[in-house]
Amino acid sequence: MARVNPIDGEFFKSERTSGFNVIGTTVPRSDALGHVTGRTEFFEDRTFPDLAHVKIHRSAYHHARIDSVDISEASKVPGVLRVITYKDVPANWYTVLRLIGIEPNDEPVLAEDRVLYAGEPIVAVVADSEAAAIEGAARVKVGYTALPAVFDVEEAMSPDAPVIKQAGTNFFVYEGHHARRIRFGDVEEGFAQADRIFEWRYSSAPIEHAPTETTGCVVVPQADGRLIIHTNTQAAFFTLDNTALILDRPFTDLRVKGGTVGGGFGGKVDVMVEPLACIAAALTNRPVKFVYTREEEMQVSSPRAAERIYIKDGVLDDGRIVARKIMLYVDAGAYSRHSPYGTTKAAAHLPGPYTIPNVYADCHCVYTNRTPSSAMRGFGVTIADFAIESQMDRIARALDIDPLRFRLINAYRDGDMKAHRKVASGTALIEVIQRAAALVGHDLPEEYLALSSSTPGEARS
Amino acid sequence: MTLLHGRGYASVNYPTGMNLGGDPSQALIHATTTGGFVVTLSSVDLGQGLKTVVAQCAAETLGIPMENVIIDTADTDTGPHCMGTFASRGTHRVGNAVIMAAREAREVMLQVAADELEVDAGDLETDGTGYVHLKGSPDTKIHVQDVAMAAHFDQGKTISGRGIFLKERSYPVPETGEMDPDSCQAHACTVAEVEVDDETGVVTVLTLHNAYEIGRALNPAMVSQQIEGGAWMGVSHAVFESTEPYYPASRAHGPVDFCEYLMPGPAEIPAQTSVILERPAPNGPFGAKGIGEMTANAPIPAIANAIFDACGVRLTTMPFTPESVLRGLDALRAEGQG
Repeated sequence: MARVNPIDGEFFKSERTSGFNVIGTTVPRSDALGHVTGRTEFFEDRTFPDLAHVKIHRSAYHHARIDSVDISEASKVPGVLRVITYKDVPANWYTVLRLIGIEPNDEPVLAEDRVLYAGEPIVAVVADSEAAAIEGAARVKVGYTALPAVFDVEEAMSPDAPVIKQAGTNFFVYEGHHARRIRFGDVEEGFAQADRIFEWRYSSAPIEHAPTETTGCVVVPQADGRLIIHTNTQAAFFTLDNTALILDRPFTDLRVKGGTVGGGFGGKVDVMVEPLACIAAALTNRPVKFVYTREEEMQVSSPRAAERIYIKDGVLDDGRIVARKIMLYVDAGAYSRHSPYGTTKAAAHLPGPYTIPNVYADCHCVYTNRTPSSAMRGFGVTIADFAIESQMDRIARALDIDPLRFRLINAYRDGDMKAHRKVASGTALIEVIQRAAALVGHDLPEEYLALSSSTPGEARS
Repeated sequence: MTLLHGRGYASVNYPTGMNLGGDPSQALIHATTTGGFVVTLSSVDLGQGLKTVVAQCAAETLGIPMENVIIDTADTDTGPHCMGTFASRGTHRVGNAVIMAAREAREVMLQVAADELEVDAGDLETDGTGYVHLKGSPDTKIHVQDVAMAAHFDQGKTISGRGIFLKERSYPVPETGEMDPDSCQAHACTVAEVEVDDETGVVTVLTLHNAYEIGRALNPAMVSQQIEGGAWMGVSHAVFESTEPYYPASRAHGPVDFCEYLMPGPAEIPAQTSVILERPAPNGPFGAKGIGEMTANAPIPAIANAIFDACGVRLTTMPFTPESVLRGLDALRAEGQG
């Protein structure tokens, strides 16, 4: 019998309807039995005759010019079928978000004359066996000239930093601005009104998705020339469209089959393995498998971005926050991937679930010489929530106000204008705070228990 | 050695969907000869139960038993477009598309049934058992299998439906950030209780108490699994994980396997107690909001705040390692001496 958390129907009673047959009931998950009995079929469970394998020779430098690439020894390894360089990639430069018009194409499938992070792919080796592919990749010889590397987001933004990106800036440019901006009210006037000012810094290190099943695919050439891609992607058409653009082939040449994912968490939306596997399959006319090793998954696949966040708050003695200024830096690593989008998502989330009349935010998508970061569960929000909710706790303590009452005083409600100028509706922050307080026996005074999200806030400055 | 106890709070909201590129998903439904209904998609079930929950949406809308619904998905040759499974969008977008397709198919199903029963389609209803019957006259009924057979072999009709959900693209205003990026917001408040060992710096998360407002719990057991699984990831982010332990100073020392990249094992999972609130979203499938991502978020600051409550150390960098706790305790002692 599945364990189920109780639903408290006392809240929002008038808005809830009932009378459903299967909605609201615990139907067993369709994949549960397969998972616990080991019968679920993942892409790697498919076997194909003559399956070939792809392995990658990766950059040994954080930032370097490539002076030479010698593949002669790799080609001589018994079992190696083909050595692939950027010259074999029809449209080598891409960015996954070009599907929604994001420019420029800032990342090569295989490096050309420079590398921007340690682990960047330079050469792909296709071989009869995994061992031969590993051996071939190890025998590739690359000559480098090391270039100065940038590892800190604020250093990267400084005018003195070496420019690592071809576009000319170490940050993504949002319609002419160096950051995704939020401008709401007048933040300086808010600080002037405030009784107290609090300013602190928060940061995080990169985090891996750590799926049980690493990122991978098997590509199988068909008799009619089409390629079937068996993959654990989180987004079938997104993968298909990006892959076809890189292959410079008609979209109808590709067929993506997936739907079973051994852990995604945002780590399988980057389209990292399918293009090279397709090129290898087309060049050798054999089924090809390209799957990350655990080490590649940990150190080369996109992590959750490290972030650095400065929050400056202006607060009245009664607990009302009247101004919040946030400087947020997302460490995108060497290439854009989904980071320009995630940084905008962060901006839309600010200043958190609170109604603050004056908000100012600059959210920077910054490039550094490390593994490109990208989407991960809570994209743009998880680290911001850590910063905002730590800030709320510190201010409550500094003002000697109960931490839940401090949140309730500032909680957003229906009809409030958010900082990105969308009117709030369907809010329920007040109610989850009230209910959590009850869960742990945290007493709230009557006037705080009487608050409601659907009642407009009164007399907020 | 002292084990110090503390409690911390965090309250958060989270957007359902993210339409900075337009955010569509489609569904097609058709009946088989014997009254099975195939829902055809290209969406990916990440293990969160998307196939199950959209099957519930189809069964509820069509008014047929769950056993009659077949989900066929994640093949780009056969399934219509889906943007992908991310941004807490799957249940909301795909659920809505399935409901729209099921409504269209239901309309045909009822018309076929009406012609078989020689009544008006508007007077028919379903009860979820597999029968279509006349309102107020339960004996005037026909089973969905017979409806499908009649459609295929007598009336020459396809019982089918098309559905799409599209939240149109929002372009942020560059100067102000004005935008309409999401469809609705879910809410959570988490209370964390921790124990801090002042000799080793190890933080143990003892309990998490959560209240979640999620619009509508379409499948309560899957809601519990989302909340508890996500909280596990939040605990892991808070006190264990990084691919760069000395970020940003050094790119070295990166873990390469699960011996070096630590995450909570069974002994480190806190006891969890959660309560669900429902404030249905007008644009959600039966009111549901997306909570796939947000369940990892509130535990992290709740744990940070609980650590401060326990030992007076304010940790501002994730993860909260034993080293950072001990350095914080040292700094407090130094201040006390100074």
